[in-house]
Amino acid sequence: MMSPLLEIDNLGVTFSTRRGLVEALRGVSLSLQPGEMLGLVGESGSGKSVTGFAVTGLLDKAGRITAGRVKFRGQDITRASGAELRNLHGANMAMIFQNPRAALNPIRTVGAQIADAVLSHRRLSKQEARAEALKLLRAVQIRDPDRRLDAYPHELSGGMCQRVMIAIAISCNPSLLIADEPTTGLDVTTQKVVMDLLARIVAERGMTTILITHDLGLAAHYCRRVVVMEQGRLVEEGAPQTLFRAPQHAYTKRLVASSPTATSRVGDLVPADEALPVVEVKDRPTPAPGTPPLLDVQHVVKRFDDGAAAVADFSMTVAAGESVGLVGESGSGKSTTARMICRLIDPSAGDILFDGYSIAKLPARDFHRSPLRKEIQIVFQDPHESLNPRFTAFDCIAHPLLRLTGLRPGDALRSRVEECADRVGLPRELLSRFPHQLSGGQKARIGIARAIACRPRLLVLDEPTAALDVSVQAVVLQLLDRLRREDNLAFLFVSHDLNVVRMMCSRTIVLRAGGIVEQGESLALFANPQTDYTRELVEAIPHIGSPASLLPA
Amino acid sequence: MSLTATWSGLRHTVWVLRGNLVTAIAAAAAILLALVAIFGPMLVPYDPVASDVPRALQPPSALHWAGTDQLGRDVFSRLIVATRLDLAIAVTAVSVSFVIGTVIGSLCGYVGGKLDRAVGRFVDVLMAFPLFVLAMAMVAALGNRVENIVIATAIINLPFYIRFARAEVNIRRNLGWVEAARACGDGHVSVVLRFLLPNVLPAMAVQMSLNLGWAILNAAGLSFIGLGVKPPTPEWGIMVAEGARFISTGRWWLVSFPGLALMLAVLCFNLLGDGLRDILDPRMRT
Repeated sequence: MMSPLLEIDNLGVTFSTRRGLVEALRGVSLSLQPGEMLGLVGESGSGKSVTGFAVTGLLDKAGRITAGRVKFRGQDITRASGAELRNLHGANMAMIFQNPRAALNPIRTVGAQIADAVLSHRRLSKQEARAEALKLLRAVQIRDPDRRLDAYPHELSGGMCQRVMIAIAISCNPSLLIADEPTTGLDVTTQKVVMDLLARIVAERGMTTILITHDLGLAAHYCRRVVVMEQGRLVEEGAPQTLFRAPQHAYTKRLVASSPTATSRVGDLVPADEALPVVEVKDRPTPAPGTPPLLDVQHVVKRFDDGAAAVADFSMTVAAGESVGLVGESGSGKSTTARMICRLIDPSAGDILFDGYSIAKLPARDFHRSPLRKEIQIVFQDPHESLNPRFTAFDCIAHPLLRLTGLRPGDALRSRVEECADRVGLPRELLSRFPHQLSGGQKARIGIARAIACRPRLLVLDEPTAALDVSVQAVVLQLLDRLRREDNLAFLFVSHDLNVVRMMCSRTIVLRAGGIVEQGESLALFANPQTDYTRELVEAIPHIGSPASLLPA
Repeated sequence: MSLTATWSGLRHTVWVLRGNLVTAIAAAAAILLALVAIFGPMLVPYDPVASDVPRALQPPSALHWAGTDQLGRDVFSRLIVATRLDLAIAVTAVSVSFVIGTVIGSLCGYVGGKLDRAVGRFVDVLMAFPLFVLAMAMVAALGNRVENIVIATAIINLPFYIRFARAEVNIRRNLGWVEAARACGDGHVSVVLRFLLPNVLPAMAVQMSLNLGWAILNAAGLSFIGLGVKPPTPEWGIMVAEGARFISTGRWWLVSFPGLALMLAVLCFNLLGDGLRDILDPRMRT
């Protein structure tokens, strides 16, 4: 056995905050063999990123290593000085961050930024550095590398920016590469391409990699060894196949259960003892033939000021109590469509019928006065961003009741708000808190409570769980499904996550570049896609069960 | 509910002040200034405008803490009485430009388009002038009165409030909670007034506090060059202007004390501005 490249021994990190010291890592021990790709998985706050920062000496000022050691090639680097760290970075270890656009300097060309990285560790002339940058852009397979060399980050897509980041990271052939959520925020198809590329490059160059991710499927697909972290501790470690098929630790079990797969159902996501009580819902009578559908979108078009169509000729129907999924990658027009149906923006052409009434005639500017306003509600993507920072949880939920149902402040309002909080499982004592004092899951519940407060008949969900951890997502999805059954709510579920849509929706529509590519019953559509695009989407999702076949032996 | 909110706000204020000594001192000084402005004229030992020529140009003593001026008036009493006028001019001017500037700026930031461009260019034109010279011209044209000092000061401060409010509203107008408010039945007007403005206020309050100091200087500056407040009214700018004639003969107390008062007032509002954001932003509360 070779001597390990990186050894972390009983590492402890604390952060000093306004509420005192917070332990971010407690006794983390890891060792990495040269050439290995290790998956570090866990939810937010588990300490997986802090581990990466502690190893590279990039902990911010509030954080301090309180215990343990980090050894790189046998040398103790736990308390390396600034100069020693600069030597280590680049030539020996490099990091790739989550948001590539934020990690790149917006006012310099990507070629110059790659050349900078090259020059910081090697003595080369400007021309040689530029030639080296070009070679690196070729290595990360950017189309048209000669032209891209002089492009600014904003001229490149998210996927291309991440390739540039990879180019910078590998510019000095580091022996250790730490990739912190390298593909979070990218579309699934882009994620697959970028990850395949990364896996190939590190295999070719014999780099050791730590892949930090919240996505078990991604870790299972690309790593031969996976470590699960929870609250600053390592809880379980092993080969992904055995680890995820037969998890031993309670936390891993939970994580595996709540990760949606190609076959999971909403009910399976949450362990039985924590699941919401099942409510018996009697079957609704099927509507008489000839009744108009609840929502009927007819040939809707949205053109922007420059004439480009974000949505072109979009038509769909949603029946009362039905759940329809709208999937597509970024730029497919799914959010624009959701906002038009929600009457927050006006379509350029076409009509939207709700319950047989045309609602597209009334401009979005005046729709808040329509009696149908309270029938169509929306849950937004980022639960934090969708709550007014100056409103308490109570104010947030009370707001639509005050505006749309004519309730006045008083006991009746209070009991309605408390009832809504109970329905979404938000403890009543949290109602007096401000958004920043609540967790992501709690904020998501407030967003849902606000949307269902007026008992709408159609709920538009714009990526409602995209910003949440999988275990929280599982609970929220189950909650939404139950609310839908109880109230005979119709869902328009907008998402990029096909596994979630399959579970939540009976019918699915696939959007691409503003047009419908394919639609049909969810199960049939995903099991047997009719178009190449849908097939590509379905195949790009990394699954827990898939073998790590990409890595050469 | 509102009682607990007030209580938590108070506790938070105390927490910020305890952690930030400079803000605490500035806040205390601002409160002192306000008290002096309100009660000062009742407490002063001498009539600030009564001349007593035999006692003219006396240095500071136990009887006259800040000495007497060329007409034998008590400088200390004049200083105290002047506080009310100087603060009143500054506070009114800043309030006027804050209200008008915030409304115009928020509208521009929310609506955008042609209105935004038109107002933006108007503000650019206004800012292209040297602001003090513009204020001088306005007071000279409108007439040499205190109201006109207020108007001139308000107008030259306006561009800052417009730009500031516009930028603050603009970065928030596409956030989820603004869209959520519309889905909850609020129209555009109510979104701006009930959602965007309260979120913009903490940042604006900082701007106001910094601006107060500047407005005091502006009013004193105008009086110094003989515009606005006329003698014998006690006012810091006039006192400095009148005292300047005697500085070559060694009567330092005539300029030093009003100058010091000006400096302390301006400094106190500028220092207060820094800490104000921490107090007003609910996100800083735990």
